[in-house]
Amino acid sequence: MTDLLLKANTEAVSADPEPQTGAPSWRQVLNFALGLVLIVALWQIIKMLFRLTDLQLPGLPGVIGALFQPLQADQPLLGTVLLQAALYTLREAFIGFVVGSLLGFALAVLFAHSRLLERGLLPFVVASQTVPILAIAPMVVVWLGPSAQAAGAAWLPVAVITAYLTFFPVTINSLRGLISVPTSALELMHSYAASRREILFKLRIPHALPYIFTALKIAATGSVVGAIIGELPSGIQAGLGSTILTFSQYYIQGPARLWATNIVAALCGLFAFALVAIAERLIVRWQPSTSR
Amino acid sequence: MNEPSPIPVSAASGTPVVHVQNVNQRFRTPTGQVITALQNVDLDIMPREFVSLIGPSGCGKSTLLRIVADLLTPSDGVVQVNGKSAHDARLARDYGIVFQSAVLYDWRSVIKNVELPLEVMRQPAAARTERARAMLQLVELSDFANHYPWQLSGGMQQRVAIARALTFEPSLLLMDEPFGALDEMTRERMNIELLNIWNKTRNTVLFITHSIQEAVYLSSRVVVMAARPGRVVKTVPIDLPYPRDPEVRDTEHFFHLVSEVRAGLRG
Repeated sequence: MTDLLLKANTEAVSADPEPQTGAPSWRQVLNFALGLVLIVALWQIIKMLFRLTDLQLPGLPGVIGALFQPLQADQPLLGTVLLQAALYTLREAFIGFVVGSLLGFALAVLFAHSRLLERGLLPFVVASQTVPILAIAPMVVVWLGPSAQAAGAAWLPVAVITAYLTFFPVTINSLRGLISVPTSALELMHSYAASRREILFKLRIPHALPYIFTALKIAATGSVVGAIIGELPSGIQAGLGSTILTFSQYYIQGPARLWATNIVAALCGLFAFALVAIAERLIVRWQPSTSR
Repeated sequence: MNEPSPIPVSAASGTPVVHVQNVNQRFRTPTGQVITALQNVDLDIMPREFVSLIGPSGCGKSTLLRIVADLLTPSDGVVQVNGKSAHDARLARDYGIVFQSAVLYDWRSVIKNVELPLEVMRQPAAARTERARAMLQLVELSDFANHYPWQLSGGMQQRVAIARALTFEPSLLLMDEPFGALDEMTRERMNIELLNIWNKTRNTVLFITHSIQEAVYLSSRVVVMAARPGRVVKTVPIDLPYPRDPEVRDTEHFFHLVSEVRAGLRG
């Protein structure tokens, strides 16, 4: 799937005057289907080969089947429950992703223009990521939880935790893109007596876009994980986090449920990744098919 | 502007476009050693002259061009462009520059690349596009206006770079080995095309090259430099009349001038 999405950017070239011989999309679909078949086969083979019980690894048909069964009689299907939980978590993830990415990018622009700030603050930015989120999350909940509850925005602490987890790759990659501008490209701008602002908007940012999108892809998948983790200390019941917690506590009664939830969570991450990849494809249109 | 006329070689009058006087450039290596990249360099370039700097690697010819462009500040000496300091001349956008690589912005189409300096100079969009189209016509790339740089050959990319450097009509064109990365056949064709373009624009040109033939064919004056320390050792006026046919490169006189430059390079 990753392969499919990465390849997707290169297709943008077909919009150019001289279409490049990029792989046609039916082939990408075929590759994806092939990958899916491979994973399903591998899953079942491992289960059979190592004689794994359903507790150790439920069969894939059982996991898919669980999605179409209600948790208890007269209740909605597990699939419906998970879909609602996923949408809730995705909303938190999205808000955290947007806030984190904007913050991360702003920091990168700041650092790109000031060696002093970069030297002074970057170590702390790096250090911030070495603190386990499990230690940070309760603090965020303590600080923001009550007022967020009062404002009817219980998701706020989760979004903040997610932003905390996502801004870092965006800062590091964007900074790299912003400062890796070739000297000659910079000298060209100097020869036009261009201002720093013009250099930023006409050279640094466009040059950094491929780096930024790489970062956004990491941040997008990270944001889903961040939201799920952030839900746990926040006591939010509506998202995938509490669902995963519940199903792992009652794992023996229904291992397929936890696995189904994990698959839904993975699909959420993939969905977030795909959105960024599509955006990249629409925005970064100039690249030859050789580069990603 | 279009009338080709013989260029006054020695007896040029008026203010020089480029005035370099007693310029020294010293670098300190990481080990603390001081290297003299340029020593007591004097160079005056008069309007409409086409001056080539030629010399071995490390003779400081690129350094000199970058000093004129105010991309580098000399250790000491006087550098003026159009009677202004090099710094003021850069701020006044007195020169266009072409590097060894085309330095096109990948994310811009060909025409948008040519428009770039006009964008920075805040010209209205319509005027920009019109001007860029005219420039692309000059370098015969009108059909490629909407292509992206990677879709162009090296020679075509360099023509875009020339169009971009000329688009705001600078009085001085600085060219730092613009054809150095091209193969020999492409380079010869580019030489002919550059002279064609120059016959129409007649800017003052400071051109850097490794190729003796290229220097003699293009220039009204060839300045020979030597390395360690970088300095000017000889000036060879090229009295071949413009416009120059490509066939001029097969004449006795051309060979004579080539050997004169070569003798200068041997020192």
